[in-house]
Amino acid sequence: MTESFVPVRIKVRERPELMERLGAQWTPTIIVRGPDGKEAHRIEGFLEADDFLGQLLLGLGHLAIQQGHPARAEEWFADVLETLPETDAAPEAQYWRGVSRYKASNDPAALADTARAFEERYSDSTWAKKSAIWRVPAAAR
Amino acid sequence: MIQWREDVDAALEDAAAQQRPVLLDFTAAPA
Repeated sequence: MTESFVPVRIKVRERPELMERLGAQWTPTIIVRGPDGKEAHRIEGFLEADDFLGQLLLGLGHLAIQQGHPARAEEWFADVLETLPETDAAPEAQYWRGVSRYKASNDPAALADTARAFEERYSDSTWAKKSAIWRVPAAAR
Repeated sequence: MIQWREDVDAALEDAAAQQRPVLLDFTAAPA
């Protein structure tokens, strides 16, 4: 992980002012920020190991999008789907993989494919609802 | 083992200088 990030621990009992200054409202909170200080992702509250890892991978994906590397972002999101499919991060990863593909290709078929993927998997998730607008009517397929 | 930095301001400056992203971990665990 230290290869991907500079890991910084803020002990809020010792430095309470840093919570407000750096944008945390509760602990534990993990914030992924780009080198320019822009927030890419945050994890608020405790998570078990697999869910936490899924969220970190989402963070790397969002960071890649923020830095203008959608193809790399797609790889991070695909990693979540392949290695952590049962975690809460997986539906979000499926959504953002589609967005990354679209950003990389400018092909709206990437979004339609994502909506179709949600019909097969994670159909009850909030992310499925968000992708519903990308559905191509059956008659038009 | 993750080598957490606790020198927050210096770490943020280093990250910017090295063009590396930052992982901020806010914890209320006892020291």
